[in-house]
Amino acid sequence: MMKRVYSTISQLKPNVCIVGSGPAGFYCAQQILKLLPQSTVDIYEKLPVPFGLVRYGVAPDHPEVKNVINTFTKTGDNPRVNFYGNICLGQDISLGDLTNAYHAVVLTYGADNDKKLNIPGEDGKNIISARSFVGWYNGLPEDASLDLSLDCEEATILGQGNVAMDVARILLSPVDQLKSTDITEHSLEKLSTSRIKSVNLVGRRGALQVAFTIKEFREMTKLPHVQTVFRNEQLCGVHEASATLARPRKRLTELILKTSNPDESKSNCSKYFRPIFLRSPTEFKLNDNGAITGINFAVNRLEGPLDNQQALVTEDTELIPSGIAFRSIGYQSRCVDSDIPFNEKSCTVIPKEGEF
Amino acid sequence: MYRNIIKVSRGNVSHIRRIFSPSPPPSHFGLRRNYSNKTDQIKVTFKKHNGELITVSGKEGDSLLDVIVNNNLDFDGFGACEGTLTCSTCHVILKQEDYDKLPNRPTDEELDMLDLAYDLTDTSRLGCQVVLSKDLEGLTVQVPATVNDARSS
Ligand SMILES: Cc1cc2nc3c(=O)[nH]c(=O)nc-3n(C[C@H](O)[C@H](O)[C@H](O)COP(=O)(O)OP(=O)(O)OC[C@H]3O[C@@H](n4cnc5c(N)ncnc54)[C@H](O)[C@@H]3O)c2cc1C
Ligand code: FES
Repeated sequence: MMKRVYSTISQLKPNVCIVGSGPAGFYCAQQILKLLPQSTVDIYEKLPVPFGLVRYGVAPDHPEVKNVINTFTKTGDNPRVNFYGNICLGQDISLGDLTNAYHAVVLTYGADNDKKLNIPGEDGKNIISARSFVGWYNGLPEDASLDLSLDCEEATILGQGNVAMDVARILLSPVDQLKSTDITEHSLEKLSTSRIKSVNLVGRRGALQVAFTIKEFREMTKLPHVQTVFRNEQLCGVHEASATLARPRKRLTELILKTSNPDESKSNCSKYFRPIFLRSPTEFKLNDNGAITGINFAVNRLEGPLDNQQALVTEDTELIPSGIAFRSIGYQSRCVDSDIPFNEKSCTVIPKEGEF
Repeated sequence: MYRNIIKVSRGNVSHIRRIFSPSPPPSHFGLRRNYSNKTDQIKVTFKKHNGELITVSGKEGDSLLDVIVNNNLDFDGFGACEGTLTCSTCHVILKQEDYDKLPNRPTDEELDMLDLAYDLTDTSRLGCQVVLSKDLEGLTVQVPATVNDARSS
């Protein structure tokens, strides 16, 4: 998220404009309305409808998370707020237009560029940005025609955060369970023909560094007909280390260890969720049609103190066969208007005094 | 004012309009709003991070989130998921003796969300899961300074 305020709010009736109507935009509007009783707030949004990733990111089987929309709707209904959909900063309006017209401009247009791995074969068929996959099942117009094939048994997700978890859960959930959600028709149709049996969730570092949170992991362990399988040799030493951890990481690690023990009730599962640690992708293997058949990984080892372990590449490699791959290694913001002082390396706005 | 600044570069600027048509399916949970007569009121005090004390009343069976909603208390961002155990914005910190008095320990699901809260303590609970009973009369809970929504990745 990036935010920038041109602050000359000394006038009695500040007119503020906010670009981007996700949670950052709405929470910001709420605070401005509350702290500056004379202010008016105009919200500009690229899409026709508000709420950003709450609408188009949060998974359809998590409808409760979207309850926050009720609070945002109240803010939008405030007579001092105007919402303008279908207006894109950098295309329909420029930053200069806005700074001329408003006392303050707040940029909350999110971080919608997904990071690339920059390894050979990355442009091959069926190598999908997790973010586009999410847009596809959530009804984001620009992702409606995503070209993907689920006609394979093994899928690999690169990254171990909660977006990666969402993708794994949607791929492994029984279609009947998804039918009762507001998932898009086109994705439901495709998912109902999926042959995927096994989903790998691959991370650079180890079990103690995973980025997903415990709620999402617990949900995976409870998915019907799905067994979570760890490579037990990758969990060596984890038990000993977990004693020293703070509560959140400790509880997550304990659940990982518990799940790695054989579970009788899961013995007749037909699908598998496989978190794999200590692997960095180095190359996508493609067939003659340019479609993915597998991913080459470098085997990593960890170095450094427990609270800051870094992955170091070794000489060992592993090929993991895979008919589809999803890239989910993080997101960055973009410079949508050349007047925004932007650091292209960190993908953030360059801070200036008086601007935040 | 906006009319001066919008470049009409799209054919569909007639689209400029208010659209607040949320699409999410209805929640299965929702807030209970129990308005009751004065007789069985239980006093609760919320201590804000700036030290300010706010004392209000609730009814037996109300959660602390219900009490906040029913009394229109304005705690920024509190209760984002409306009591459905999918955020941690209703985090409150109890005194040890009050924590021990509560009939139920937090469930795994509550602890999972609490683990994402800022300023987590051993006597932290989610406000939507703490239900008022007569022996909690006079309860004081602390509302931490910051709320941390569940996911940032
Ligand atoms: C797939 C996915 C799933 C997630 N699930 C959860 C979850 O379950 N729970 C949770 O707590 N968090 C979740 N998150 C994280 C959460 O969605 C984000 O942290 C949050 O939405 C960020 O808010 P934001 O307002 O900064 O950005 P966004 O929500 O991205 O909002 C930015 C808005 O700006 C608009 N915009 C972009 N460019 C322009 C432009 N040039 N001009 C005008 N408008 C523009 C966009 O259309 C968008 O509406 C998820 C994230 C992702 C990617
Ligand atoms: S309101 Fe979201 S968990 Fe309590």
